[in-house]
Amino acid sequence: MSLLSFVFRRVLQMIPTIIFILVVTFVLVRLLPGDPASTMLGERARAADVARINDQLGLNRSIMVQFFYFVRNVVTGNLGTSISLRVPVAGLIADRLPVTMLLTLMAALIALVFAVPLAFLAAIKPRGTADTVVRGAFQVGLSMPVFYVGLVLLIVFAAGLRWFPVGGYGDTFVQHLYHLFLPAVTLALSLSAVLMRNLRAAIIGVIGAEYVDFARAKGLKSRLIMTRHVLRNALISTVTLFGLQIGVLLSGAVITETVFAIPGAGRLMIDSIYGRDYPVIQGLTIALAVVVSLIFLATDIVQAWLDPRVAR
Amino acid sequence: MSVVAGETARPAKTRRRKVSLTLVAGCIILAASLFLAFFPSLVAPYDPDAFDYNALLQAPTWAHPFGTDNYGRDMLSRVIHAYTIDMQIAFFATIVPVIVGTFVGAIVGYLGGVTEAIFGRIVDAIVTFPFLVLVIAIVSVLGPGLVNMYIAVGIIDWVFYGRLTASEIKVQKRLDYADAGRVMGYKPMRIIFRHLLPNAYTPSLVYWMTDMALAILLGSSLGYLGLGAQPPAAEWGVLIADGKNFMTTAWWISVFPGIAIVITGLGFSLLGDGVADLLRTKR
Repeated sequence: MSLLSFVFRRVLQMIPTIIFILVVTFVLVRLLPGDPASTMLGERARAADVARINDQLGLNRSIMVQFFYFVRNVVTGNLGTSISLRVPVAGLIADRLPVTMLLTLMAALIALVFAVPLAFLAAIKPRGTADTVVRGAFQVGLSMPVFYVGLVLLIVFAAGLRWFPVGGYGDTFVQHLYHLFLPAVTLALSLSAVLMRNLRAAIIGVIGAEYVDFARAKGLKSRLIMTRHVLRNALISTVTLFGLQIGVLLSGAVITETVFAIPGAGRLMIDSIYGRDYPVIQGLTIALAVVVSLIFLATDIVQAWLDPRVAR
Repeated sequence: MSVVAGETARPAKTRRRKVSLTLVAGCIILAASLFLAFFPSLVAPYDPDAFDYNALLQAPTWAHPFGTDNYGRDMLSRVIHAYTIDMQIAFFATIVPVIVGTFVGAIVGYLGGVTEAIFGRIVDAIVTFPFLVLVIAIVSVLGPGLVNMYIAVGIIDWVFYGRLTASEIKVQKRLDYADAGRVMGYKPMRIIFRHLLPNAYTPSLVYWMTDMALAILLGSSLGYLGLGAQPPAAEWGVLIADGKNFMTTAWWISVFPGIAIVITGLGFSLLGDGVADLLRTKR
């Protein structure tokens, strides 16, 4: 019962967050110079169209009514029409967002594959050689901008060694994975540095705990102690951090997609800014924020499952 | 370090604080970076904007240690002059968030209750936006450029300092000296800013170092995307973007500005770690 009621309470908490997201994106477009209708229709809008949009969005009504119309449109999935591509924004996002999600997911997995073993290696003998080397390398990794890492990997592994394609997304799922591998490694680098640092500190903290001594005293195999006792407890704070970092990862995806010419939501965002395609920018901002808040929700639930004390 | 009983006769020696290598390295890197930022012309061998059509896309040589770009501009001079803009980004993008965030955080932490609950919701909502996406959205509305980038960062970044300071103040306000202040009849503002804050600013200060490194990464990312510093300004991200079309033929245009970013970022991180260690041993 406790986990279920925790999930319920946590879902309720999302409501003010979602409202805030809508308020911010609503205000953002209102801050634009000129009236929203002409902004949405582009420079060569006809007066009749402007009037139609004004009516549709309630722009000739009070600001509260306008907000109500805006919320109603968003909730029913009507995010407007792209100025430059002339297609509904919702469909465009539905097309592009999965690409970004796949990239982010791959990056998250790769980051874990990097971070977990290295954190153990570093934590087993703090301040030893392995620890110093691993931490030093990751410190450098953290100071590198994503687009720079991407460019360097692109030059070495795609243009130079020709192991990977220079850009694009491919047609089949296997091709997608192949095309996204290098970008995902690019994104994973800084995330794995953050996770490694946290996990290392957590492992060092847990290894000294009495229940680990006890597990050792009752003769459990070292590997079993490490996975079942140490890793599970050390992962609790790392899962939280992991969730919080998803926003950073999505931000990185915007840049990575630009560097590797991947047709995802991030690339769409940048293209829309160059094209001053505000309905798309607005729709994407909402979509990405909602995705992040759903991931926050998921990490909180995973955390409650890992550590039942959280749900209480 | 273990202290054997016999050594306690010389407490001065055992107690002396060791200045860590981390701190020294961080200070040296940042001092050098600041020097380059303030006096780029003293060090740079050429005018960063001077075209030289006899030296287009030259690989690194003694005359041009970092090579030249497609206009024959000396890359070493351009990287050095970029320190001025990028160090400015580090400072100006973060200074307002530090001050506002610490101020708000101190008050929120002291008041607690409803104020804290409201603040918590605002923090939750802001961290829900992917940072760069929100900055890009704001910059797209305000227009590209550094000042608009500072505004965009300022709108978001203060909550991190607020959260750090609030949680520290919450610990401090329960301590005896805070009660003593209240018994003396001091006003809350005096207790917060004269008594509690001097004991609670450390996390914000340490985060500020990291944040300045992050600001450089953000500034150069926006520069790379064409939304930050505008060409022909020499800014590391802009320089890397300039060179990206020549990556296979003239790698040096993009590679050296990137190294400058890494070294400067490293300087801020090392300084942050060093300061954190120093203040931790002090307690």
